[in-house]
Amino acid sequence: MKPSQKSPAAAPRPGQRRSRRRILADGLRAGLMLLSVALICALLIGMIVYIFVRGLPHISAEFLTTSPNARTGWIGILPDLLNTLYIIAITVAIVLPLGVGAAIYLNEYASNKRLVRVIEFATETLSGIPSIIYGLVGMLLFVNFLGLQPCLLAGALTLVILTLPTVVRTTQESLKTVPQSYREGSLGLGSGKWHMIRTVVLPSSVDGIVTGCILAIGRIVGESAALLYTAGAAHNLLNPLQAVAPKSAGTTLTVAMYIYAKERGETDAAFAIATILLILTLLINLAAKLAAKHLKK
Amino acid sequence: MGILQSENLHLWYGSFEALKGIDMEIPAREITALIGPSGCGKSTFLKTLNRMNDLVEGCRIEGRVTLGGEDIYHNMDVNQLRKRVGMVFQKPNPFPMSIYDNIAYGPRIHGIRSRAKLDEIVESSLKAAAIWEETRDKLRSSALGLSGGQQQRLCIARALAVKPEVLLMDEPTSALDPISTGKIEELAIALKKEYTIVIVTHNMQQAVRISDRTAFFLLGEMVEYGKTTDVFSNPHDTRTENYITGRFG
Repeated sequence: MKPSQKSPAAAPRPGQRRSRRRILADGLRAGLMLLSVALICALLIGMIVYIFVRGLPHISAEFLTTSPNARTGWIGILPDLLNTLYIIAITVAIVLPLGVGAAIYLNEYASNKRLVRVIEFATETLSGIPSIIYGLVGMLLFVNFLGLQPCLLAGALTLVILTLPTVVRTTQESLKTVPQSYREGSLGLGSGKWHMIRTVVLPSSVDGIVTGCILAIGRIVGESAALLYTAGAAHNLLNPLQAVAPKSAGTTLTVAMYIYAKERGETDAAFAIATILLILTLLINLAAKLAAKHLKK
Repeated sequence: MGILQSENLHLWYGSFEALKGIDMEIPAREITALIGPSGCGKSTFLKTLNRMNDLVEGCRIEGRVTLGGEDIYHNMDVNQLRKRVGMVFQKPNPFPMSIYDNIAYGPRIHGIRSRAKLDEIVESSLKAAAIWEETRDKLRSSALGLSGGQQQRLCIARALAVKPEVLLMDEPTSALDPISTGKIEELAIALKKEYTIVIVTHNMQQAVRISDRTAFFLLGEMVEYGKTTDVFSNPHDTRTENYITGRFG
């Protein structure tokens, strides 16, 4: 079977040389891979450490709990922080039912498979479009045409369009992983279609839906281009009711960061906001993971 | 007259005719086995009996199937039909929930909410499926932790929990080891006192061991149907004889 076993002593040198070369090549490959991993870790950790070092000293209780004052030049980020949370809440509240609903329709109800494929292709393409284009469309549609003025609501609606493809696609992917046998088992017991979806399909795809949600929130937190056009740049302190009303403009943390760093040269404030954003993202991810665990039960 | 009856039943998947005019009468409280080589239409026929083929795209049916004299394709709500004609699938398919919730799933669909009533149904169904002793102490743990054979008996219990009249079994032991298979077979025999059972099987010994009647399917036609002892000891059709003696299949 194996020629090398047949004549072990016949050609020891080429075999040895080959194996030595192979060991060398293996080592080289492993080394390169290790290097790329180390590089990635170094970049990531370096960036996080750098941001924390530059940002943390400028974060104080006052910084977090006050509004900026144009007269004294004081920078406080409470309105921006709240606006960010408002935008996340409004966007998710709209995009989640919409996106999950669309995914359920596409995966469980739609009978025209070709149309489904076209829609899938379209959503995939949409998720790759630069966000500033969404911003432009959002401005023309919500801010101007619907007359909302630059406001949190217009910003959130724009982000709904922006994140919808992500939520639809991830939900759909996770619906596809639910075994067909679960559906058959449920229908076979006389359950209606919606009951089957609610009791067997959705609980089995909670993970995917939460993942979609995290990705969407990630994009919302990180989005500035689309919001520059649509949500305005005011630092007003809004209560939740005002936040969902039209015409209440507000900056989010990322937009504020852009403004402080680019237009006012307040690098320290920008780094402080960056630190807050990092922590916020971490907290949201942890919360979503916990929620998924809880929902699974 | 049989509890289930098909009259001139034709079924097409797209342009492929999978069932070519099946006339069959299935008597109550007996085990009827459907045998035949792969692709002969036996599973397809089984699924017409509780309309699981409705889920298959491009599936078209002509002819009549009646349950207790009622046309199941025209005069019956499909969910009610599936409550009356339960199904056990080829691969055990417990839901990813607790043993208790698996069994209570069906009764809950049909509106039973009372805790005491559900407890009672869960216990009686698990007992009927001969799996109560193994599960009574872990009703709250996930059904996915059970072995394959236990999962299949759980699925039988789950089907029994909605109190069906007929139980369809689609090769219920093909994914199981011999010991589990034996348990399922014993169970089927015990259940026929109260239920009508239609079982699709690849295993001719299984048909001989447990069934009262056997139908032999070939290429979408029912070639022979009669008492199991007759079909196996004295087949009328040479194709049946060739199949059961292992000349093809």
